[in-house]
Amino acid sequence: MQIKPILTALRHHKAGTVLIAVQIALTLAIVCNALFIIHQRVTQLSQPSGLDEAHLIRIQNQWVGKADDKAYGSLMATDLATLRKLPGVADAYATNSVPLSGGGWSMSLRLKADQSAPSAQTAIYFSDDHTLSTLGLKLVAGRNFRADDIRPMSAKEDLLHPAVIIVTRALADKLFPTSRAVGQTVYLANHLSTIIGVVERMQTPWVGMSWGSAASTLVPFRLLTGGTNYVIRTQPGQPDRVRRSAPDALFAQNRMRVIPDQHGVETFRQIRADAYASDRGMAILMGVICVVLLAITAAGIVGLTSFWVGQRRKQIGVRRALGATRGDILSYFLTENLLIGMGGVLLGIALAIGLNLWMVTRFEMQHLSLWYVLAGAVALLLLGQGAVLAPALRASRVSPVEATRSV
Amino acid sequence: MFGYYLELALRSLKRNKVLTTLMVLALALGIGATITTLTVLRLLSGDPLPQKSARLFYPQVDPNSKQGYVEGQTKPDALMTYPDAMNLLRAHRGTHQAAMALTQAKILPKKANANPFFSDAVMTTADFFAMFDTPFKYGSGWTAADDDNRAQLVVIAGFLNDKLFGGANSVGRTIHIDDHDYRIVGVLKKWAPQPRFYAVDLGGRSYGDGDAVFLPLHTARSMKMRPQDTECYAAVPDILNLETAPCEWLGVWVELDSAAAVARYKAFLDGYAKQQVALGRFHRTDTSLLNLMGWLRQEQVVPDDVRLQAGLAFGFLLICVVNTVGLLLAKCLRRSREIGVRRALGATRREIFTQFMVEAGIVGLAGGVLGLLFAELGLFGIRHQPAEYASLAHLDLSMFAFTFVVALVASLVAGILPAWRASVLAPAPQLKAA
Repeated sequence: MQIKPILTALRHHKAGTVLIAVQIALTLAIVCNALFIIHQRVTQLSQPSGLDEAHLIRIQNQWVGKADDKAYGSLMATDLATLRKLPGVADAYATNSVPLSGGGWSMSLRLKADQSAPSAQTAIYFSDDHTLSTLGLKLVAGRNFRADDIRPMSAKEDLLHPAVIIVTRALADKLFPTSRAVGQTVYLANHLSTIIGVVERMQTPWVGMSWGSAASTLVPFRLLTGGTNYVIRTQPGQPDRVRRSAPDALFAQNRMRVIPDQHGVETFRQIRADAYASDRGMAILMGVICVVLLAITAAGIVGLTSFWVGQRRKQIGVRRALGATRGDILSYFLTENLLIGMGGVLLGIALAIGLNLWMVTRFEMQHLSLWYVLAGAVALLLLGQGAVLAPALRASRVSPVEATRSV
Repeated sequence: MFGYYLELALRSLKRNKVLTTLMVLALALGIGATITTLTVLRLLSGDPLPQKSARLFYPQVDPNSKQGYVEGQTKPDALMTYPDAMNLLRAHRGTHQAAMALTQAKILPKKANANPFFSDAVMTTADFFAMFDTPFKYGSGWTAADDDNRAQLVVIAGFLNDKLFGGANSVGRTIHIDDHDYRIVGVLKKWAPQPRFYAVDLGGRSYGDGDAVFLPLHTARSMKMRPQDTECYAAVPDILNLETAPCEWLGVWVELDSAAAVARYKAFLDGYAKQQVALGRFHRTDTSLLNLMGWLRQEQVVPDDVRLQAGLAFGFLLICVVNTVGLLLAKCLRRSREIGVRRALGATRREIFTQFMVEAGIVGLAGGVLGLLFAELGLFGIRHQPAEYASLAHLDLSMFAFTFVVALVASLVAGILPAWRASVLAPAPQLKAA
């Protein structure tokens, strides 16, 4: 293929060549970074929570009227009995928070009492002997809480000191990377607790926390305050029915309560959708922008190349008359576009990396993987070849007779 | 002459409909995306109290332990302990000063069969209303004496008044909050600063509707109402007694009317921190006194995603403009012969240049109109997002005008190169070729 005549011809179309190259470069820079953001967000929102999500329902309940801690305890016990008896309900328990709900309690853990920096940060979930079976958590070592492990805790006691705790595998591995976690002791605030069990996975209530999304601790306490979360596991196929019947049953049992209209009764699917709404929105937006940008760039290439073909009809006719085949003409325009595309892609790679570096300093962004840049570069070169195909085919169909015409 | 250019431009645009549509559509998409994201960005980073924000300041002191402290480099915490907040309030060094915390108020309507519900509430002190210029529909705020006497008074928002009392003047009536009766002393008009600056870092949302209930701080605390956010920096003996616990849970605002007053207050704050260190209560002497907008900037209330989207939209617009330059260039070079004829018949270079700029301008205006449509569509999409600012996303008049300025500038910038190329074309070769 003769590259030299193409370069000579391009020198006569400096402005158009530079414009296509710049457009390809800018598109590459934005599309690479957008794809990278999409990848990050999708990784984020496809993390498993560790729960049997399809069958879970959460009810937020607040008591109305004066009551003391003892009264809260018995109100809660009655509610749980009511819920567990409801048709379609497999199990239920009461807690302060559930994974992905956005609000909860976190504490730091220490291996030694006098340690200055904590060993790990953890989410605290109030639990009882029904928690594992309700949430569908998988116990990978040790044992579950027994009914006699569960203690009441009033709001006055800010310092909780559980004798026994269950932790997630992520937290166990962080605290004891080399040894078995079950049977070990850790300091929660200033008190020693023994790890009696390890569950495979349970996400924290927060999305995107720096200390890890799965460092959770279950404590055997019933929190006696005016507000609580009931978590219900339904039998297969029953979530919709229980979603309606459960609040009715609670109100029938005792009217002095508030179950908020918004987010008061939610399936876990809704909780998950809310938690990741902004991530999902961002990924969709980035996807739409990529598609539109690629379309605009392709259209721009089609437009400019069509113009060049129209302008050079006479020269094409001369070449055809002098013996060039249709294939020669076709490959001329394809090669021309490839050369411009490569120029644009080289500039674009630099721009993409520069843009990413700037975003790393301005936003919480990771460094762009080079694979994205390479994949983007190949995609844009292919896009250019695809866009130029139609005008190039039209050029190849120019008849040699054109050479003899004066106009 | 302008009319003639207009006619020429329209004729030329009509001749190549596909290319024209492509240019207008690309420009419109870029402008639509830019205006959508800019509207959201402006909404989120706006001044919540334009007439007052320069005079409102957020003092901060640091009661944390010596551990991890680097003098002059450690930022004080966002919240304040009760003793510090009360000391600053009692010093009366500002024109107005108030301490505040957010809470949830459980409201039991008097109507039979109405279920109780929760509303966003603020526990604060008397100066809150005068300092933030809250507009009253009925009645007024409470006094400092009411604060000290723990009077069971309350100011409610207009929307709560509509809900409970059908919008009637409810001053003097009572409302049942968290199992206690409070007498209503004031009803606000619609008041919802965006962002809700006084709630930033107090544990509530930053945008959206205003608060429903405003209660005297000491009264609410004596009724055991708890703040939304509590941060403790040492072991807590009794979490219910927040007034003495080593916990931060209050935000303090002061109004300072002149630069001299600000300097005096900062000196007072530094002196206060040093005095507390001398007393053994504090270990750190750093203080901070940011004004309202500075405070919002430091706390980064505008979500990162929104800024990212705005940057992305500008990149998008840039690509659309480059695209338009390329297409306009192709269009105008294709008409070399026409230009040659016009030049030969006496048109000056300036006239050719103007003619092509008019054409670019028309593309820009068409792009602007369509871009406005896209922007409305984009904002419609944002209003259906679950974000707390969603319902506020509307195109305002200045953004409407701005759309056309952006469209016109973008298209004229895109038109300069093609128009210049057209105007410097030598007429003779073009005519010879014909």
